[in-house]
Amino acid sequence: MLDASEGYTTEDGRKIGGVVMEMKNITLRFGGVVAIKDISFDIREGEIRAIIGPNGAGKSSMLNVISGFYVPQEGEVFFHGKKRPQMRPYEVARQGIARTFQNIALFEGMSVLDNVMTGRLNYMKTGLFQQALWKGKAEQEETENREAVEKIIDFLEIQHIRKTPVARLPYGLKKRVELARALAAEPKLLLLDEPMAGMNVEEKEDMSRFILDVNDEFGTTIALIEHDMGVVMDLSDRVVVMDYGKKIGDGTPDEVRSNQAVIDAYLGVSHD
Amino acid sequence: MFYREAGDFKVSYQQDSQTFPIKFDRYRYYAVMAFAFLVVPFVINDYWANAILLPFLIYSIAAIGLNILVGYCGQVSLGTGGFMAVGAYACYKLMTAFPDVSMIIHVLLAGGVTAVVCVGFGLPSLRIKGFYLAVATLAAQFFLVWLFNRVPWFYNYSASGQISAPERDVFGVIITGANATATATYLFCLVFLVLCALIARNLTRGTIGRTWMAIRDMDIAAEIIGVNPLKAKLTAFAVSGFFIGISGALFFAIYLGAVEVGEVFGINKSFLVLFMVIIGGLGSIFGSFAGAAFLVLLPVVLKVVGVDILGWPTDIVAHLQLVIVGALIIVFLIMEPHGLAQLWRVAKEKLRLWPFPH
Repeated sequence: MLDASEGYTTEDGRKIGGVVMEMKNITLRFGGVVAIKDISFDIREGEIRAIIGPNGAGKSSMLNVISGFYVPQEGEVFFHGKKRPQMRPYEVARQGIARTFQNIALFEGMSVLDNVMTGRLNYMKTGLFQQALWKGKAEQEETENREAVEKIIDFLEIQHIRKTPVARLPYGLKKRVELARALAAEPKLLLLDEPMAGMNVEEKEDMSRFILDVNDEFGTTIALIEHDMGVVMDLSDRVVVMDYGKKIGDGTPDEVRSNQAVIDAYLGVSHD
Repeated sequence: MFYREAGDFKVSYQQDSQTFPIKFDRYRYYAVMAFAFLVVPFVINDYWANAILLPFLIYSIAAIGLNILVGYCGQVSLGTGGFMAVGAYACYKLMTAFPDVSMIIHVLLAGGVTAVVCVGFGLPSLRIKGFYLAVATLAAQFFLVWLFNRVPWFYNYSASGQISAPERDVFGVIITGANATATATYLFCLVFLVLCALIARNLTRGTIGRTWMAIRDMDIAAEIIGVNPLKAKLTAFAVSGFFIGISGALFFAIYLGAVEVGEVFGINKSFLVLFMVIIGGLGSIFGSFAGAAFLVLLPVVLKVVGVDILGWPTDIVAHLQLVIVGALIIVFLIMEPHGLAQLWRVAKEKLRLWPFPH
């Protein structure tokens, strides 16, 4: 377990900073069902933090709590050391938390470019009347943000589909466009909900490379949910393991791998 | 050929996000504008103005307004007739209360009043969507028509319960009443249509348009990305109401001159504008024009072909029109929900590769 409040250095020599986001004793219920039970963990600046667990463990619910979509009944969320008051999801997004979804949630009727531009919403300041005029402020703002977006389109190698309606794209590319949309917000914390679900090995390798590059080049803190253990163990710096809404393990991939509770949850335990 | 995309390079993002990125389209647009402003006013006569051009211009404004709400923001509305009535009555009250103020200001203010009313009736959209929202706006339709019928203040206590536009001029040219010329009324409506279309285009290609479409395509994801749903939906209602109010004011003051609210702005009007948007194409400014042109021209063409050439009875032709519109709505909803505008896009895409599609 890590207890240094000043961060640590990973095996590959990256410096991990202080705590960006801290979840304290989070409990989330849906009626009688307890989705998350008294879970605490933190996410540090610059690290890749994985949340894993069997189906129905409450991983996606956890991500939804972080992004403000679910409001936990108990517990507190600290962002940059400050307790986060209850806020709407779009207000959370404005604080610099962006995410992708387990089932792709792109805007199907819009082009790739428009989808990614939507991610820049936090940087759009002109009002209704300026935009109705277009010339001047609105056009200038559009151009500036377009430049930022083009960098991300370049980074993720989706230039050739820039003007294509999203509905026409194959699955793998849609996942990449969704990552582009989240990156366009230049988030401080990026949440990825199963970024590699349903991909073949090659696409998984591509996606893993992009995730590492994002972390490396932009210094973005990343929290991800993933089922592919190989990917999780390779990518992440620290792992939280959940089962039936409870936290059963937390630590580096090696620590988690040798944790008896985790092995029991994944492989089952005999009841004799 | 003249129409080519090849070799038409853009060197800046401004050039890429302009309204007509292809040179030929741009010149065609200038040509159409020049024709509409410099040629049509000199050849226009009363028949052309009243049967085709004025209704086309005014319905185009209404269709753009409704398209912003339904096509871009995905909020279904059946209250268009009622909102046009708000524009008409606001314009009437302003015209009679301030006879010295320019008609241009009255029409714009009528749009503003309608925008406010529209936002009021748009508030339920924050809680309900789809079919239920349609019913809520239907309530607006009936309530508004009832209100304008029952409260005498709105029609200045006139005995007939109608409102009729007094004679007004703009820069010395009479544009309302019996003495207005076809040229003057046409140009007045054309200016408003061009302004509305430009505003609609500017809004839909920028940030606000993207937030509307995001709400339309997936509202939950939009909110998690940072779209404020309250703001996005209510701006859509406001902008839509502004355009529909302008069209209602023009419809009353310029086109008809006198209006009985239940007859002119009833539920039929709501459906007519909605059909224009569906046939023309949801989520397309060009589609709004195409739909308006189609539904304005259809009865005229049917009358010319059916009554004048084939010699059929008038009532059969009138009913035939209903049959055709009904069938077309079904065909478009099933085969091509994005309407004439999408057909046009697909045709262009196919022609681009023709005659070697692979």
